[in-house]
Amino acid sequence: MTFFNPTSPLSTRKASVPGAGGLSVRILLSRLALWLAGGVIDARRPEHANAVMEQSRGRAVMVGFMMLVAFSIVAVRLVDVMLLRTPDQTADEADVSAPAVADASASPVVPAPAAWRADITDRNGGILATTISCPSMYADPVAISDPVGTTNRLMQVLPSLDYSTTLARLTAKGRMVWVERHLTPTQRQTIHDLGLPGIDFRDEPCRLYPTGNLASHIVGYTNIDQVGQAGLEKQFDKFLNDGQPVELSLDMRLQHILRRELQANVEQYSAVGGSGIVMDIYTGELLAMVSLPDFDPNERHDPNDEALFNRNTLGRYELGSVFKIFNTALALESGKVKLSDTFDTAGPVRIGRFTIHDFHPVNYWMNVPEIFEKSSNIGSLRMVQVVGRDLQQRFLGRLGMTRPATLELPELANVTAPPRWGEVESWTISYGHGIAVTPLHLVAGVSAMVNGGTLVTPTLLKQTSAVPVGQRIIAQKTSDTVRRLMRLVVTGGAGLADAPGYLVGGKTGTAEKATAGGYAHKALISSFIGAFPITKPRYVVFVMLDEPQGNKSSYGYATGGWVAAPVVSRLVAQMGPLYGLPPESEDDPAVRAALALSVPPTNADTGAHGPQPHQLLPAPDNPDGAQGGATLVSF
Amino acid sequence: MSMSGFARYDQSVLARWWWTVDRWTLAAFGTLMVIGVVLIAAGGPAVAVRTGLPANHFLIRHLALLGPSVMIMIGLSMLPLRGVRVASLTVLGIFLPLLALTLVMGSEAKGASRWIYIAGLSVQPSEFVKPAFAVLLAFLLTRVKRRAEPISLLIAFGLWLLIVALLMLQPDLGQTVLTSAICFGELFLAGLPLVLVFGFAVMGCVGLFGAYLILPHVASRIDRFLNPEVGDTYQIDRSLQAFANGGLTGTGPGQGIIKHMLPDAHADFIFAVAGEELGLIVCLIIVAIFAFIILRGLLRVLGDSNLFVLLASAGLVLQFGLQALINMGSALHLMPTKGMTLPYLSYGGSSLLALGVTTGLLLALTRRRNELGDDL
Repeated sequence: MTFFNPTSPLSTRKASVPGAGGLSVRILLSRLALWLAGGVIDARRPEHANAVMEQSRGRAVMVGFMMLVAFSIVAVRLVDVMLLRTPDQTADEADVSAPAVADASASPVVPAPAAWRADITDRNGGILATTISCPSMYADPVAISDPVGTTNRLMQVLPSLDYSTTLARLTAKGRMVWVERHLTPTQRQTIHDLGLPGIDFRDEPCRLYPTGNLASHIVGYTNIDQVGQAGLEKQFDKFLNDGQPVELSLDMRLQHILRRELQANVEQYSAVGGSGIVMDIYTGELLAMVSLPDFDPNERHDPNDEALFNRNTLGRYELGSVFKIFNTALALESGKVKLSDTFDTAGPVRIGRFTIHDFHPVNYWMNVPEIFEKSSNIGSLRMVQVVGRDLQQRFLGRLGMTRPATLELPELANVTAPPRWGEVESWTISYGHGIAVTPLHLVAGVSAMVNGGTLVTPTLLKQTSAVPVGQRIIAQKTSDTVRRLMRLVVTGGAGLADAPGYLVGGKTGTAEKATAGGYAHKALISSFIGAFPITKPRYVVFVMLDEPQGNKSSYGYATGGWVAAPVVSRLVAQMGPLYGLPPESEDDPAVRAALALSVPPTNADTGAHGPQPHQLLPAPDNPDGAQGGATLVSF
Repeated sequence: MSMSGFARYDQSVLARWWWTVDRWTLAAFGTLMVIGVVLIAAGGPAVAVRTGLPANHFLIRHLALLGPSVMIMIGLSMLPLRGVRVASLTVLGIFLPLLALTLVMGSEAKGASRWIYIAGLSVQPSEFVKPAFAVLLAFLLTRVKRRAEPISLLIAFGLWLLIVALLMLQPDLGQTVLTSAICFGELFLAGLPLVLVFGFAVMGCVGLFGAYLILPHVASRIDRFLNPEVGDTYQIDRSLQAFANGGLTGTGPGQGIIKHMLPDAHADFIFAVAGEELGLIVCLIIVAIFAFIILRGLLRVLGDSNLFVLLASAGLVLQFGLQALINMGSALHLMPTKGMTLPYLSYGGSSLLALGVTTGLLLALTRRRNELGDDL
């Protein structure tokens, strides 16, 4: 402006410039320079000097004001960035691809102990599953400046860590990334002492199974977030999470005895597995239930791990001769067969492509106790021929052998019953083939046979109130007879099941495993189901070995009587004193009376003695035929 | 002021200095120095360890240079006006040739050769040139105004052109902008016609646009500022994260997390370390201290009747203030990132000595004086 207003006090005083008026380049440059400088101060007029200073001061105030505005903007921006926006917004602005910077808020909050997942205990309050507080290690990747070094240091303490997985976690986005959960206090302290920046811990509830493998298939396990994955943990997931403890029918002590003894024989006979059950035949309470191999629920397992398989509820087996208990009870209960009735057991019996024969073919007429004791397949099928297959099917159906078992476990298998219950099926089922059931089915069915004749429902929960009497399957009298017959098996041959001071009754079973298109001769399912005390049974005990191999101690035999019965014996020997059961002796007249079986004598040597009412089939020829597609019978 | 130990009637050099110097500004400088030591102790080790240096490398060097810097400041602040000019001319006489030398034998860092090694110290000559230029420019402009000496303006223009040319050859756009802004500011205060104020402003914008077109690293920085989705915004992401992590009260000194990820946490992004560890309140105090120094520097010379004092002070204050603004603005994503230290807070090595020159000259100029006959 000053340039156009010569009267302004700030204007260039032309008069003061020497050589004014000349239009040389030098003067033009001088003019330009003086103009740029906003004119010069007129030294002769002090007020002009003051005016120049005033202008500069005014402009200095303007500069100061602009600086003040600029610093205010910085201050406002500071408040904006540091207070007014969440870290997420900052991250979004800075890096659109970044997820939330802080997901610490989304991390699991440790609930108060009151809300922790409840315990699973045995019937005496022993803890099988409980919840404790475990330190879990997490990383704040933002705070880790040396992820590789940190990973290496961590792996020195926790060698199980995977290098690349851990490194990925330490460099992940977010402010809280689990590195390894559920550490021990010692591990926590060791890692803490490393002083790694960005590595911290948070306590969270974790599931602990103090008994380890002991009841692994029953208790099951949870995942790391305490969601039940198997067993009771899965079945009662919500219940437990609501803080309701589950009290089991199991007796930890008995479970331990059963597992130890079963394990011993599985190892001794190199079996691929084993199973064992002890059940109260009046309440249906399962006191012990073991499936081998088993697993430690404290460790994480591949879901396809064979050890997770519960043979007792998921394993379907053609159990063989133990089914003769049902067949005999059925025959007697039907009224069509009396104990003293004799049957022609000469074999083999051929029907279609099958040849049925006995392990110890004796080829003579035997009465019912003899058939049961000698475990004659042909005798059994002769009996069911008298009874009829409809009655058999209905009887086994009422015993639950044609439907899935009921138990408080998610792992329950259906049975494999024949699609068509024809004549051949009826015969083979009479001695336990052609129908595959779980050990649990068998135990429930046999319980009904020896408890006076009523069906019980197996349960894993401790029963506190009186258990209602179940459906009657057979008469008390029949049950009584079956019980005495089962004792006969032990005194007659399967003596290995007896325990010193305690009397056991039972039935052996040795079945060849069904394979595609036939039966494997060397792959056996060898079992023994016993009841004790046999004078007045209270418990049913089942022991089964999967593919046992006979050895010197069993004289090469791998049959139920040799490999399974001893487990029952040892279990009873320990269980009796544990449960305060009074010892019994067969010399006791009362005991003898309780076990006496009144059968009219038959002449087994000639086979000519006694009535012969049941000659339904022509006398079989070729008594020493080949053992094709048949069933071994234990003795 | 009994703590000073100087009585009003004491006529010793130190006592006279004490009673005439701007003690408030001096206190502000001192406060910044203390905060700076804390922040370099916090931000320095992260950077040092990352680059393979001993953890306390930056802190020790900063402390070692802080003493000489303070001595330079106090020494210069005792100078009379004539001494200020002589000192400035001396500094320029030493460092302008050195600035030229960086083009020949400078050590290159981050795409530019701005440093030169003198007696084991890496020196950035431009840091020293700036305050000397601010004072000498004020001197030349005052000569023009008082004596109607157009040649002084030509000298001033030539000086600016030389410095800017040397800076652009390094290249160092930040210092170029800063030097030009000082030049423009002093011209404005001297009474530059408003037509030219706008004209120069437009020219400045054109110049920046030209730099954007010519200099690739400038273009990349501006692109990233305008469009964060494109390209690597790691530095500014971490910087904003650090601020956000600090919140109102900060994580506490030494407790910062993001600083470990922050490149240049000891220098260009020291303000982010302050944000994270000391929190919003201390950050606002820091901003207030800078604003206080600037405003007080300007206000104090308003009462001075000496045009040279006014222009020179304003030039130094502008240099100090703009540098702080650019650094803070960069760290807060208000402008494209520009490599510029935050006075007294950043680790700067030899630039701390240059800072001593700036503040010393400023304190000398703003000292209450009874000098007559400062005829220019």
